[in-house]
Amino acid sequence: MHIVVCIKQVPDTAEVRIDPERGTLIREGVPSILNPLDAYAVEGAVALTERNGGTATALCMGPPQAEAALREAIARGCDRAILLTDRAFAGADTWSTSYALACAVRKLGDVDLVFCGKQAIDGDTAQVGPGLAVHLGWPQATYVRRIIEATDEAVAVERLTDWGNETLRVGLPAVLTVLKDLNFPRLPSLVSQMQARRCPVERWGAGDIDGDAAQFGLDGSPTRVVKVFTPPVRGACVVWQGEPQKTAAKLIETLRREALI
Amino acid sequence: MALRIDHAACTLCLRCIEECPYGALAQLEDRIAVGEACTFCGLCVEICPVAAISIEAKETERAEAGRGAVLVYGEHHEGRLHHVVFELIGKGAELATTLRCPLEVVVAGHGLPDVCAQLAGLAVDTVHLVEHPALAQYRDGPFGRTLAHLIGELRPAIVLAGATGRGRSLMPRVAVLCRTGLTADCTGLEIESETGDLLQTRPAFGGNVMATIVTRRHRPQMATVRPKVMTPPERKGTARPRVRRWAVPSELTASRTQVLARQAGDQGPVNIAEADVLVAGGRGLGGPEGFKPLAELAALLGGELAASRAVVDAGWVPYERQVGQTGKTVQPRLYVAVGISGAVQHRAGMQSSETIVAINSDPDAPIFQFADYGIVGDHREVLPALIERLRAARAAEGAEDE
Repeated sequence: MHIVVCIKQVPDTAEVRIDPERGTLIREGVPSILNPLDAYAVEGAVALTERNGGTATALCMGPPQAEAALREAIARGCDRAILLTDRAFAGADTWSTSYALACAVRKLGDVDLVFCGKQAIDGDTAQVGPGLAVHLGWPQATYVRRIIEATDEAVAVERLTDWGNETLRVGLPAVLTVLKDLNFPRLPSLVSQMQARRCPVERWGAGDIDGDAAQFGLDGSPTRVVKVFTPPVRGACVVWQGEPQKTAAKLIETLRREALI
Repeated sequence: MALRIDHAACTLCLRCIEECPYGALAQLEDRIAVGEACTFCGLCVEICPVAAISIEAKETERAEAGRGAVLVYGEHHEGRLHHVVFELIGKGAELATTLRCPLEVVVAGHGLPDVCAQLAGLAVDTVHLVEHPALAQYRDGPFGRTLAHLIGELRPAIVLAGATGRGRSLMPRVAVLCRTGLTADCTGLEIESETGDLLQTRPAFGGNVMATIVTRRHRPQMATVRPKVMTPPERKGTARPRVRRWAVPSELTASRTQVLARQAGDQGPVNIAEADVLVAGGRGLGGPEGFKPLAELAALLGGELAASRAVVDAGWVPYERQVGQTGKTVQPRLYVAVGISGAVQHRAGMQSSETIVAINSDPDAPIFQFADYGIVGDHREVLPALIERLRAARAAEGAEDE
C-alpha cells in the first residue's frame, strides 16, 4: 500500500504574542512548524503502513525552507519526502494548491490513499483535501476520527459529523482528512531525528510534474485577497473580584442588561 | 507575479518585516528583500504606511457577465432544512436586491417532503429540486457532482452554502469541478459597488486576522458562511417559491462510497459550533467532577458544555466538545470560560464569540486580556453562587407565569 500524506509548514501561533496596545499579533521571529493538525495525518499514514505494509510518502508544497516540515515527517516515520517548490507555485489559493498536489500524486503513480490534516492553522479553510480528491477524481472522507479497517480495495472509517458519527466504506484510491481524535502522534526519537537529517528530500518544480502551468500559483488561483485587517479590538475586560455572591450577582445583572441571558 | 517594493518610497520603518506571517521579508542593507517564503498574502501591502509595496499579477480579464442568480445550497436532514439555509436566504436576499437578480435555492435528495412549505413567505424566487434514489443518503461525491452539474446549467453569479461540516466537505469539491474560487467560513458578504463582485470577509490565523477575498474572473463566486452569523429573514405572507424539478444523469451519482452507519453521539447529537451559548471548562476545574456544576450552569443558560484541549486530552470530556485549534471553532453569542487560562490555541477557536466571560482564580491569566467580563475567584465558590442565583431567577419567573 502506498500512502501519501500531504503536509504544510505554518507559522507557530503558539509562539505568537499579542501586542497589548494594538491587540495585534507580534509575528517577529515566529518560527515555522509542521501544521499541528498534520501530525495526526502523518501518524495515521505511518501507523497504517506499519500495520498493512507499504510506504508512506510525505508531500509538501512550499518554499525551500518547508523542507524542515518534511524532515519532521520523516522523523515521525515517513519513508520518503517530496518538496514541491517553485516560484511558479507561490501565491496559490486552495484551488491551485490542490491542483499542484494532485499533479504530484499522479506523478507518483501507484498511490492508494492520501492523508491530510483537517485543515491548516494559518488559513483554516479545510479546502485542500477535498479539492485534491476532486482533481484526482477520487472519493473522500473528511473529519475522520477512526480507521476501522483498511484493505487493498477499501477503507472503513468513522467520521465526526454535525449530527454524530458516520461510518463510511470508501473504495480506494481515496483521500482522508483526519481529526486530532484519530491517534496520539509519536514523538520523534533522537535517532530518528538524526536519520531524518541525513535522509534526502526530493525537490520537484513546476516542470517536474505534468500539469498545466497556467493553473499554478497566484495566476492559476481564482481568488484574490484584496484586504487584510485586524478584527476590531475588544474593549478592556471588566473584572470583578471579591465575595463570590457579589461578583456572581454583578455578572448576572450585566448579562441580563445586555440581553445575553 | 511578484511582490514589488518601491525602494524610493520605502522609509525602512520595517513594519512589513515585523508583521509578515511567513517571515519572508528581510532588510538587506538599505532595502527590503523578498524571500521565497512569500505567499502574496498581501498583509505587507495593507500595512505599509507609505504604500511602497504592491503585488504585480497578470492582468486578469473580467468575468463573463455574471447576471445569474444568487443560489443557496439547501442543506437538509431528512427533508428538514438546516437553520443556516434561512440565514443564507436572509443575506442572499440582500445581495440579490443589490444585484437585481433572483434568489434561488437548490435542494437535492430523494423522496423529499414538501420543502417549499418551509420556504413560504421568504424572498426565494425558485426552488430547484433534484431527486434521485442515489441521493437518498448524503454523500460528498454524488452531491458534489450533482450540484456542479446544476451550477453548469443555471450559471448563477453567486453560490452560498453553510460552513457546516457538510458544507465544508462538499463545496470545495463543487468549486474544483466548476473551476472557480471558494472562500471558506465567511462572516461578512457584500457587493463591491464599482464592480458588482462579491466581497467575502473571513477570519484567518485563528481569528487574529480578517481577510477580504474576491473572485474576479471566475463564476460563480462561491462562499461557505458560518452558521449563526447572518440573520434569518422574517416571513412575509405565505407565497411559495416556484418549483423546478431536475433529473440527474445517472453517471453523476455513481460512487465508491457507502454509508454503513449513522448514529448520534452518546448524549444525542452535540454540535458546539452551532450553540448560542457555550460554557467551557479547562484544567482549572481540577477533574471530571468539576464539570458537573458546569453542565448545570450550561443548562440554566440554555447552552452547551464545551472544553479546552487539556481536559479533552485528559479524558474528562469527549473530543466533540473541544474548542480551539485542534478542536472546533465556535462563535456563540455568549462564551463562558471557566478555569481556562486562554492559550493562543484556545483563543484561536473562540475569539470571534460575541461576548466572552472568564472565570479564573489567576488574575494574570491571559484569558482576561480578551474577555469582555471576568470574575477573579475560585470556581468552587463562583459557580454555585451563579447557579443559585440563576435558579432563583428561574423560579421567580415560573411563579410570575402562574
